[in-house]
Amino acid sequence: MNRSGKTADTMEGSGLTISASSIKVNEATLDEDTLVFSITSQKLSNGMGVCVCRTYEDFEWLQQSLFAPDEPDLHGVIFPPLPAKLIMSPQSQINNKTLKQLGFLALGDCCRTYCEALELYLQQVALHPILSKNKALETLLTNTESPGKQRAKKGIFNRLSQVMEEKRKESHKDVDDFFQNERDNNSNMTALTKVTTERFLDVVLAEQRLSVASKHLSSSIQLWVNQEDSANAAFSKICLKTSKVFETIKRNFEKTAENNISTLGLGLDLQSRYQEAEKEMLFRRTCKLVELEAANKNTERAKANKKGIMEEVRNVLEKQFDGMSSMARQEVGRFHQSRVALLRTALVSWCEQQLNTATEIAALYSEHLEACQKLPEE
Amino acid sequence: MAAERDPPPPGDAGQARFGEAEDGEDLFVGAVGALESNPSSPEPASLPAEDISANSNGPKLVDSFLDDDPDDLFAEATEEVSLDSPEREPILSDGPSPAITPIMAPRIDSTLFDQALEEEEDNGDTFDICISVSDPEKVGDGMNAYMAYKVTTKTSLSVFSQNELSVRRRFSDFLGLHSKLASKYMHSGYIVPPAPEKSIVGMTKVKVGKEDSSSTEFVEKRRSALERYLMRTVKHPVMLKDPNVLQFLESSELPRAVSTQALSGAGILRMVNKAADAVNKMTIKMNESDAWFEEKQQQFENLDAQFRKLHASVESLVCHRKELSLNTASFAKSAAMLGNSEDHTALSRALSQLAEMEEKMEQLHMDQAYADFYLFAELLGDYVRLLTAVKGVFDQRMKTWSKWQDAQLMLQRKREAEAKLQYANKPDKLQQAKDEIKEEIVEWEGKVQQGERDFEQISKTIRKELGRFEKERVKDFKSVIIKYLESLVQTQQQLIKYWEAFLPEAKAIA
Repeated sequence: MNRSGKTADTMEGSGLTISASSIKVNEATLDEDTLVFSITSQKLSNGMGVCVCRTYEDFEWLQQSLFAPDEPDLHGVIFPPLPAKLIMSPQSQINNKTLKQLGFLALGDCCRTYCEALELYLQQVALHPILSKNKALETLLTNTESPGKQRAKKGIFNRLSQVMEEKRKESHKDVDDFFQNERDNNSNMTALTKVTTERFLDVVLAEQRLSVASKHLSSSIQLWVNQEDSANAAFSKICLKTSKVFETIKRNFEKTAENNISTLGLGLDLQSRYQEAEKEMLFRRTCKLVELEAANKNTERAKANKKGIMEEVRNVLEKQFDGMSSMARQEVGRFHQSRVALLRTALVSWCEQQLNTATEIAALYSEHLEACQKLPEE
Repeated sequence: MAAERDPPPPGDAGQARFGEAEDGEDLFVGAVGALESNPSSPEPASLPAEDISANSNGPKLVDSFLDDDPDDLFAEATEEVSLDSPEREPILSDGPSPAITPIMAPRIDSTLFDQALEEEEDNGDTFDICISVSDPEKVGDGMNAYMAYKVTTKTSLSVFSQNELSVRRRFSDFLGLHSKLASKYMHSGYIVPPAPEKSIVGMTKVKVGKEDSSSTEFVEKRRSALERYLMRTVKHPVMLKDPNVLQFLESSELPRAVSTQALSGAGILRMVNKAADAVNKMTIKMNESDAWFEEKQQQFENLDAQFRKLHASVESLVCHRKELSLNTASFAKSAAMLGNSEDHTALSRALSQLAEMEEKMEQLHMDQAYADFYLFAELLGDYVRLLTAVKGVFDQRMKTWSKWQDAQLMLQRKREAEAKLQYANKPDKLQQAKDEIKEEIVEWEGKVQQGERDFEQISKTIRKELGRFEKERVKDFKSVIIKYLESLVQTQQQLIKYWEAFLPEAKAIA
């Protein structure tokens, strides 16, 4: 499930003819006010490339298509989270609302971070042992026509539609320790991850502000030297050097922020959304549990003539619940493995990139220092 | 989650913000100098203490204004009430201000400067003096409290009695020193380094005993400013030899500089004189015969505008850096919490290491912010104030010129009066009047000559001073940029170490 494609590209009997690691969301272009994403991938059989253009609606269609309500086991799947829709303002500037909604995905040049998030999403679907078999993914990646025209079914994914009373179910005690534990942990971690991501975002925004301020300082010094008739030539030289120093400072912050966004920022964001996805799956199971327990009660209380029917209902529910739970168990194991791997990749590349930048900048500062020491005093 | 320490309230950044000009004629300005009868300043006997102004429209000032008035109601007030603004010209109530004050300022012998400069050049780099201001200590309680600083001088110069001297001084002592130097030298065209500014807000906090980071910052900022002020002052070859400076650095006890208080009699005098100055500036139109001066004035005006702009930009940079530091601290805390709750051992460890690393980075950012500030922002601030002193010196030249012109006018009038007398009809009074007029004419001829000499002298001095100023400017800025780069290099090296230490932790996650 990690991006470097270290895990197997093909899953047994996956039915997907595309290599998961070859899926790339290359760029986003603005067509009037709709974002169009160009997606390329390669056929497993012959390595032939495929290229399609899709809009966000197409991605939504995929997400909805993955869920089949008549397959109860599927309820136990942790669905790879699809990022929220990115609304571009005409000047392609990020407004505060977008920033609040999408966080790190709203940053970066030309929706680069957002594209990477979409790419990850597709790769995760392609790598999922069950979901990759869904024809919808194949369609999305290879069809010439965009599939999103079909109205998507309103889904289980819309948590906003949950009524308040359903919230009560969230804290319903579980019959299985494994799941109770998992629910508690998930609840805790989801909150903590969210806060950490937000705070990291604040760091990055501060770095960006510093970058702008440094650039401004550098330019105004430069401008001044250009305009001033150098009555004091030695002083002008010093000012020019100072301007260059601030230019380097700006570069430092710019690169540091970029590195932050593209590695750890993206990683934390994905963690956060994946934890929400796990939460949703656990909630579905809990709801089913509540249903089952209600059915049990009904069966016990039922009068003799109704008892049979009640038992039938109860048995169906029980089967569903057991199937779901067994799937859920698998999924939880898989989830933990891949989230650790994901975070590891993010942390390692974060560290490597920042180390590179720091070294580069250190060299530049040393150069400046040498040059300044040689500045004339007359 | 708030960081442990209080972030300094945004208002503090405004303490040194230029361009926050209060309405120009602030009643309580008192950055500099009262006219004090200074026992140590040489007073050429030939100078009459007389109001020779052609525009005399005020009463001759009586000496009582000039001494520390025993009935001064505000003598005990220790409130420092001025607001920071470098736009305040150093208020001098010395020197020829035609409207009100009598001329009492001694004329400094130009040869003194030449000698000093020559000595400086001869000795080359034996300008060996280092002053440090340290150990701020609060003395007293409540609103009468003040900060006392230790002033340590290390030198091998012979003009000092010892190689290492140490005294305790308070802020008003520094102001007093500056005021004496300004009233002594400024009207001759010397650029007297300006003293650091008063600040109500900062000082009140310290007095009240508020022990937060903003008052510590304030004290540190002031300490640093006082140090720079003294170093600049002793770098001036003439000031270095001034007895006031020597006394300041050596004497264990200094008379209290009461007249630096804003609401004292001297304070009111300053205010009045400032108003007079402003009026005169508007009415004096000088025929500039020397293009060099005009050019220079324009140049310095541009420089002033630029420095102020840059100062504001640097202060904004400092703010942002502090913000980054705070945000980093917040992030570090949540990463630590995340690490604590994490089940996977290696990941948990890595996250905790991450949190520690970010905490260290927060400190780095903070240190860098201080470097930004103490190096650049304060340097720019100092120069904006210095340029005000430079402007003052140009103004003095203008006044000197004006005095000369006035003398010429007077002479002409007397001559006309003499001519009239030739045709007068009262023989008995005639001879007496003629004699008187002749005396007066001689007197005024003398004054005209003196006026011309003064003007030439001040022009010459200013040229030299500006030459020195330009050299010092280059040295100062070069030294600062180098120090700044050194701090940047150091921070960067530290950063690299942190990242290198973290990498194996991240890779260890299995």
